[in-house]
Amino acid sequence: MFKILKKEVLNSSVKLLKIEAPYVARKAEPGQFVMLRVSEDGERIPLTIADYDREEGSITIIFQEVGKTTIELGRMEEGQEILDFAGPLGTASHFDGVTKVAVIGGGLGTAIAFPQAKKLHSLGVEVHSIAGFRNKDLIILEDQMAKVSDKLIITTDDGSNGKKGFVTDVLKSLIEEGNQYDLVIAIGPLIMMKVVSNLTKQYGIKTIVSMNPVMIDGTGMCGGCRLTVGGKTKFACVDGPDFDGHEIDFDEAMRRQLMYKKEEKVSVDKDHECKMGGTQNA
Amino acid sequence: MPNMSPNKVKMPEQDPNIRNKNFLEVALGYTKEMAIEEAQRCLQCKNKPCVNGCPVNVQIPEFIKLIVEGNFDESYKTVTSTNSLPAICGRVCPQESQCEKLCVRRVKGEPVGIGRLERFIADWYMENSNTVIEKSKKGGKKVAVVGSGPAGLTCAGDLVNMGYDVTIFEAFHTPGGVLMYGIPEFRLPKSLVQKEIENLKQLGVDIKTNMVIGKVLSIDELKEEGFEAIFIGSGAGLPSFMGIPGENLNGVYSSNEFLTRINLMKAYLFPNVDTPVKVGKNVAVVGGGNVAMDAARSAKRLGAENVYIVYRRSEKELPARIEEVHHAKEEGIIFKLLTNPVKILGTDEGWVKGMECVEMELGEPDASGRRRPVVKKGSEHIIDLETVIIAIGQSPNPLIKSTTKDLATEEWGGIIVNEDTGATSKESVYAGGDAVTGAATVILAMGAGKTAAAAIDKYLRHD
Repeated sequence: MFKILKKEVLNSSVKLLKIEAPYVARKAEPGQFVMLRVSEDGERIPLTIADYDREEGSITIIFQEVGKTTIELGRMEEGQEILDFAGPLGTASHFDGVTKVAVIGGGLGTAIAFPQAKKLHSLGVEVHSIAGFRNKDLIILEDQMAKVSDKLIITTDDGSNGKKGFVTDVLKSLIEEGNQYDLVIAIGPLIMMKVVSNLTKQYGIKTIVSMNPVMIDGTGMCGGCRLTVGGKTKFACVDGPDFDGHEIDFDEAMRRQLMYKKEEKVSVDKDHECKMGGTQNA
Repeated sequence: MPNMSPNKVKMPEQDPNIRNKNFLEVALGYTKEMAIEEAQRCLQCKNKPCVNGCPVNVQIPEFIKLIVEGNFDESYKTVTSTNSLPAICGRVCPQESQCEKLCVRRVKGEPVGIGRLERFIADWYMENSNTVIEKSKKGGKKVAVVGSGPAGLTCAGDLVNMGYDVTIFEAFHTPGGVLMYGIPEFRLPKSLVQKEIENLKQLGVDIKTNMVIGKVLSIDELKEEGFEAIFIGSGAGLPSFMGIPGENLNGVYSSNEFLTRINLMKAYLFPNVDTPVKVGKNVAVVGGGNVAMDAARSAKRLGAENVYIVYRRSEKELPARIEEVHHAKEEGIIFKLLTNPVKILGTDEGWVKGMECVEMELGEPDASGRRRPVVKKGSEHIIDLETVIIAIGQSPNPLIKSTTKDLATEEWGGIIVNEDTGATSKESVYAGGDAVTGAATVILAMGAGKTAAAAIDKYLRHD
């Protein structure tokens, strides 16, 4: 069992949990993920590692309450224990030989972009971070990102924080202003990563995206997380989750993301009914 | 006087048209009377040909004789003196190609139902015995076992009985490996697997779940943690795909994913559990092995109307056990033999809508000795489907290989070992089961676990 050491509510649907997992913390690197399970009949879900503290032996995860498991996870409190927590899985990000990097987070993706920015910053790389949210109430990790970035620009789709626009608009103007990036890291919704990758392709800037498809085991066993990368089938859990954004078949990934949409709704509705007392003990 | 009936005492089974709608066990097991009647068919041959066919050397005539005498407790002890998982072996071993193949009774009729008797005695013991398992005397040297499938469990069981301090590291949240995620409930009830594992725990084996060795700890780090010998039984977890167009469409599963969702995650109970599985009205399973039969029979139970086995050779070459093929046919699985898929077809939204196949003819024998299938010209046709399950094999999971630099492996991923000992190229590291052989059987993996346990004991005593 894995004890929750700290809980923070970052916005109306995004929460942070710091979890005691000393073995995972010893090995965790940016870009890697954990598989967790909350209850005996629960799903195994992958969540990217948002931060780690080797001395404390803790792993931080940040998640949006979108499905039954994340909703249940969000209800848990400090001191409670998570049933299963395995990691660190996936291949760690590699940043060899870069000097100036643009790190882009879209919504919750900012939480996954954060450890990458932090690592790059610690390596002495110049980091320009761009984080985009739908509106100002959804902004997360602003202070943390600012600490590890040489430049941080936060945009909102509706302009409610005073800076209206999409992350791609910001990236484009930074590039047009003459910033020469060796690498762009884009993490967020598939459509955002696709649009960023299309943009950077025009400029010939290498771009890494982090994929988060449906997984069961997270160790290469089921193949449920397969993607087409450069015309070849890859497993996000072991070959990734980081991939070259210029090679990913995003359209296929977006279709695959919808495979269990109906079932997810059934699960969430059932959970809701249970909490309302509707079908308790049914 | 031996019972000279040429046939085995019939095994009671659920009716095919009832069982293909539920996940309860198909074969119901012998009663005490049936078991004694069947046991009386054993001629108690002095030279025991059957024992030579058993990878774990079960003393077959002895345990059967004890059944005839009604001494079930002793019979169980005889079985478990060499086989730590009898309830499992009695159900899933291919006895027809092992012990029963060598049975003298086979000359004039059916062999003695050794598997059925083994199952009986294991089930009887679980239900009736009150014997408390005594914890083995620990204090011995520390041994790590990676993976809790049949190879790992057997190796751990033997080592703990020798007095070693054994820790099993399992990647999943539940121990059991393929016994939990692969073989369906209706062939091998999961409660029974957990009971066998519980017995090992009572003996003193420590099982650490959620530990993905190769990621959270490397093999070298296990040594640093004080383990003086390590057994790798990490199985064949990497699914093969065909490499034909359309394999990434929604509705295409590897058999590993399909079965893991159903067995380990219990998706057949969705939405009472959280993990779903998608099964259309028309389902094709590509492949002809036991895993393909398991997937097809599971799909049928989940409500599919038409379930096809699509296999490129003929019935004679089907690698599945005859019993499994027989059960599948009884349950209404449709066999499309000498048929090979060339393309999976999808809707505009990316969902499976069919599979284009060609018919095959058998030509000259190939390297495996089986007649090579060749395409029949102009035989292209389309099967309408919503679900395709690829069950054409698995290879060893590369996680350990890729993080253990000096561990010699075959090009296809199998760990290279000395067959007599299970020793790998790395000092104090042993391996066995599917991680070495590629996908094979439960009992061969158990045999390898046993061999390695004996070799580890020898190695540590001479240390």
